[in-house]
Amino acid sequence: MDDASRNGILIMGNSGEPKGLDPHIVSGVLESNIIRSLFEGLVEAHPSKDGVAMPGVAEKWYPVDSKRPDEWIFELRKDARWSDGKPLTADDFLFSFRRLLNPALASDYSFMLYYIKDAEFYHKSQRTYLLFRKDANFTEDWWATLKNVDFGPEEKAEENSFNFIGLDKLSLSNLKNLLEDPSLFKWPKNISPSVRRSLIMKNLNFEKKERGELKKDELKDLWELIDFGATAPDKHTLKIKLNSPIPFLPEITKHYTWYPVPKHVVLKHGNIGERFTKWTKPENIVGNGAFVLKSWRFNDHIEVSRNNQYWDRDNVGINGIRFLPIGNLYTEDRMYFDGQMHVTYSIASELIEYSRKKYPQHVRSELYLGTYFIRTNVNNKPFTDPRVRLAFSYALNQKSLIENVLKGGQKPASGLVPPFGNYPASDTVTFNPKLARKLLADAGYPGGKGLPDIEFLTTDKESSKVTAEALQAMWKKHLGATIKIKQMEWTSYITAMFEKDYDLAAGGWIGDYMDPLTFLDMWMKGVGNNRTGWHNEEFENILGMAAQTGEATKRYELLAQAEALFLKERPILPVYWYTRNYLLHPDVKGWNPLLLDNHPYKYLRLQPDLENRKD
Amino acid sequence: MLRFLTDRILQGALVLFALYTITFFLAKAMPGEPFTSEKNISAETKANIRKLYGLDKPIWEQYITYPKNIITKGSFGISTSKGRPVIDIIAQSFPNSLILGLCALAFAIGIGVPIGVLSAVRKNSWIDWACMAVAMVGICIPSFTIGPLLQIYVAAHIPGLKVAGWGNLEDILLPSFTLGLVSAAYLARLTRGGILEVLSQDFVRTAHAKGVSPSKVIIKHTLRGGLLPAVAYLGPAFAALISGSFIVETIFQVPGMGQHFVNAATTRDEFLLLGLSLFFGFLIVVMNLLADLLTGLLDPRVRHTRKTD
Amino acid sequence: MKMTDPSKKTPQGSSLWKDARARMAKNRFAMGGLWVIVVMFSLCFIFAWFCTDPNQVNLTNKFAPSSAEHWFGTDALGRDLFARILYGGQVSILVGLIATAVSVAIGIVYGAISGYAGGKTDAIMMRIVDTLLAIPFLVLVIVLQATLSDWSGDVTQWIVGNFKWDKEFTGRLTNVVPLFFALGLLGWLTLSRIVRAQVMSIKEREFVEAAVALGYSKSRILFRHIIPNVLGPTVVYSTLTVPGFIMYEAILSFLGLGVESPNSSWGVLIKEGANFLETEVQLLLLPGLFFSLTLFSLNFLGDGLRDALDVKAAKD
Repeated sequence: MDDASRNGILIMGNSGEPKGLDPHIVSGVLESNIIRSLFEGLVEAHPSKDGVAMPGVAEKWYPVDSKRPDEWIFELRKDARWSDGKPLTADDFLFSFRRLLNPALASDYSFMLYYIKDAEFYHKSQRTYLLFRKDANFTEDWWATLKNVDFGPEEKAEENSFNFIGLDKLSLSNLKNLLEDPSLFKWPKNISPSVRRSLIMKNLNFEKKERGELKKDELKDLWELIDFGATAPDKHTLKIKLNSPIPFLPEITKHYTWYPVPKHVVLKHGNIGERFTKWTKPENIVGNGAFVLKSWRFNDHIEVSRNNQYWDRDNVGINGIRFLPIGNLYTEDRMYFDGQMHVTYSIASELIEYSRKKYPQHVRSELYLGTYFIRTNVNNKPFTDPRVRLAFSYALNQKSLIENVLKGGQKPASGLVPPFGNYPASDTVTFNPKLARKLLADAGYPGGKGLPDIEFLTTDKESSKVTAEALQAMWKKHLGATIKIKQMEWTSYITAMFEKDYDLAAGGWIGDYMDPLTFLDMWMKGVGNNRTGWHNEEFENILGMAAQTGEATKRYELLAQAEALFLKERPILPVYWYTRNYLLHPDVKGWNPLLLDNHPYKYLRLQPDLENRKD
Repeated sequence: MLRFLTDRILQGALVLFALYTITFFLAKAMPGEPFTSEKNISAETKANIRKLYGLDKPIWEQYITYPKNIITKGSFGISTSKGRPVIDIIAQSFPNSLILGLCALAFAIGIGVPIGVLSAVRKNSWIDWACMAVAMVGICIPSFTIGPLLQIYVAAHIPGLKVAGWGNLEDILLPSFTLGLVSAAYLARLTRGGILEVLSQDFVRTAHAKGVSPSKVIIKHTLRGGLLPAVAYLGPAFAALISGSFIVETIFQVPGMGQHFVNAATTRDEFLLLGLSLFFGFLIVVMNLLADLLTGLLDPRVRHTRKTD
Repeated sequence: MKMTDPSKKTPQGSSLWKDARARMAKNRFAMGGLWVIVVMFSLCFIFAWFCTDPNQVNLTNKFAPSSAEHWFGTDALGRDLFARILYGGQVSILVGLIATAVSVAIGIVYGAISGYAGGKTDAIMMRIVDTLLAIPFLVLVIVLQATLSDWSGDVTQWIVGNFKWDKEFTGRLTNVVPLFFALGLLGWLTLSRIVRAQVMSIKEREFVEAAVALGYSKSRILFRHIIPNVLGPTVVYSTLTVPGFIMYEAILSFLGLGVESPNSSWGVLIKEGANFLETEVQLLLLPGLFFSLTLFSLNFLGDGLRDALDVKAAKD
């Protein structure tokens, strides 16, 4: 490792092999760590201040109307280049957006672009809606009925029926059959037969015109039908129209889903919607970040080195980074103690105290933008009653859990959204066993008697087990409630959560960007990440109002209101706010705590203190 | 001999086919599916991904397509959990597993056989007990205890040895030692038993009576026969080493095949699972055949019975 | 000419078993192993009932050193380590015993039939075994575990409903039993091979020929003549599979597929303890000691049994 320090190569533990390096296909934190070194977005993170945007590919950015920021301009630098020397223009960004939203690509993270006007319709191939919305013949009454109908695929429908495929995706031959016999599709009740026919005809004509009578059921790309919000008035300007005013748009663009991909390279190896092309192979991959991919030894390490085409190359402090995909926490820590790397991905909680004692200057314990909470299934007794949910929440001794079990310096969560910036964090979640008992008794289960069987779903990780056992003991002690712990391995656990096959489930959420909305908008009805069965009209109304509010302070107030309402209902029990615990060698300079842990690598420097080496 | 070989090859092919069928349906029977992720993905995305991998086709069609692709395109499919072709994954990880396995085998033989011989010759003395105790460490103390202990008390203190990793020659030592201990135990036991059996035979007593020195007796006369059970064990031992190396691979960060097996199962990665199983099954068939041939070489009785079959 | 001295007792004839017992008694290590196992058994199954609750969490008293109240101190959640080890031992030992029983039951019958039948039947049966051996055992375990534990919930309800057993106890039981069967179902393969080899060598012997000549049916011969004679070596081999299964369970626990919380086993305890190697070594060493001691003893016992019963290996 000393050699590496001398040569300016940072060695980082990265928890596992990346599934790929294509910013549009991967979705994990470890992949994003590598992608951030190879690519750069419109703006970049500040090395020490959260919520501040530094110039990236864009030199200047501003909303067209600062009072109503629903349209933004990004002025791109004229000397931006790809690592193969070709110039980087606004066209690359448009291509990248289109690619991420291309339904054929099937990306996990396309929804990050939904803020852009018409992006969602395109990604979901909402053909019916798009065909009708500009139709002058479409009367107001039809529109009123159809407004909330979703003609997309229905997961619960019978496999391979027309409803399972969705009206929006029916092929030409299917539509013809449907025209003959409209009952092949299960229509929503209030749509009259004439409207049905009209819907079928319109879809059919579109398909006929665009593809003629050939081929099998393929997704039709609806790009021409939409009015995409991102445009390029000239080569170095990007104009983005949003669906609603978003004052924090630059923060969102820090996310790797907004990074550009090189159009010329991607198209050389396949078409825009193709998923498994070779463009990300080490010999082909081209990026615009501070580093380029030097080597990828599978399961051994990935090495990136200085990119000489990078616009800010003179300010890049290190010469390269080596990522080590070490899955086992303890092995990683032991390797660190043995001097094999500069920074680990995390520290095993059992080793935190030990590390603090032996290597005090190496231990970093930093707040991370995320909350660990327990989901309750509001459709299963006893959690149908909000008093029971509140009781379980008040019986949670957060401090004790953190100090005695987790020991990672986590902070007890007094609300859902972790504190940052000017957002007024909530303080309603506390430890109050007396109140807990009273609420439980009010709900009809005094002293825990009469409670039905309660199953607590958690993963098979060591730390989850210990936490679950501690919680189990707490609920027994303070409420007299006996719960059963069900440990499942990862995939089964996720599946069970999706299918709402649990009473209580451990879970958490890490924010995607610096705004409370990322923690609040998942609790709306029908949102996949909700999984509790809870939804509330007033909550959604407040969020809707906030979405339309341009003014920052007023908006925060509204969001806080929504959060307060959410906590009053408490479909989830917040436990603690994440901290990231990891080991960082003092040789590494310029590494500052950041809530999103998206350290911009170029600001780092390696200054080996070789004379004072004692370990 | 030729007849014997062709017979076995045919049987091997049958075994592989049966293996494929069972693994295929077993993989389909596992609860959950490969594309679950923490951040929910929409139904459409899921449907699109399934289509890309050919998972939307009816089961019988998938059943036939997979072997068809192997024969016509030499492709074992694309891993859903890693996004790369399965054959790449196997090609990159197998050499490491092979090296690890062979070195572990070397340790196992180097430790197990001498201990077995010593034990047999000094049966029921305290040497016997001590040797067997040492040999049995591998099957009485789990590898996920021995491994970390070695890491902390050996690797951390010897400057040349890294705690984990796989880049230089010396990195092979600790993991293969840990892995080899398990087989060492079995080899010791089998060798001991085999030698004891031979020692009690008449021709050995004859040699003693003739005045041949004890060590010569051992080496010249008994070793060949005594090693038979050990050799028979080598085949399955080797195969088990390669797949059972998961724990060692995780603890010592060895980029081998064992961990892929486990990960494929936990992530419901059918193609990787099938590819690995078939590859692995193929290895076992080959190893068993080799072990049988070796037994034939060492034991003339077996050879003779085969000839008369 | 030697005259028989009437005061001396008439020498008794000796049977195979009597000889074996005598030989065993001389084998100090096997006898030592036997005693250890007896002690272990009594600790885990009898003494355990008198211990404190192993699942009693006490977050204020973690990692306590050994004291009068907690003989081995406490673990990461303040639970009494000694009690956890004893209760964990129950699970581990039961796993070994039951899985072995299941695999022996299946393996003996399968191997005997295959060995006795010979020819094509034998070839097919053994190829089936080969194939099953080649299957990734992990996949099998996951599927079996998932399916069987799905049922365990229903079984618990049924038992509690019909027999009124304590719910928690039954729950623990049904939680753990599928694992035993899953392991057993996988373990019979090698055993069947061994039995088959034995049967093949026995079936040529005279007493079998005599039975055939007498016109006994095939199944009668199988069950009344052959199997009892292979029982000896088979039993010995199975003593050696017990520790094998206990180790298997530990490996599964390492992978997170073993028994579920709050049940624990030695494997789980060792895995948890390994995480504390740098700080609280006793969390690893103590369960590890019990685990290894039991396994060593079982192995010595098994080896001793085999030496005792194997006439050829005896030194006279």
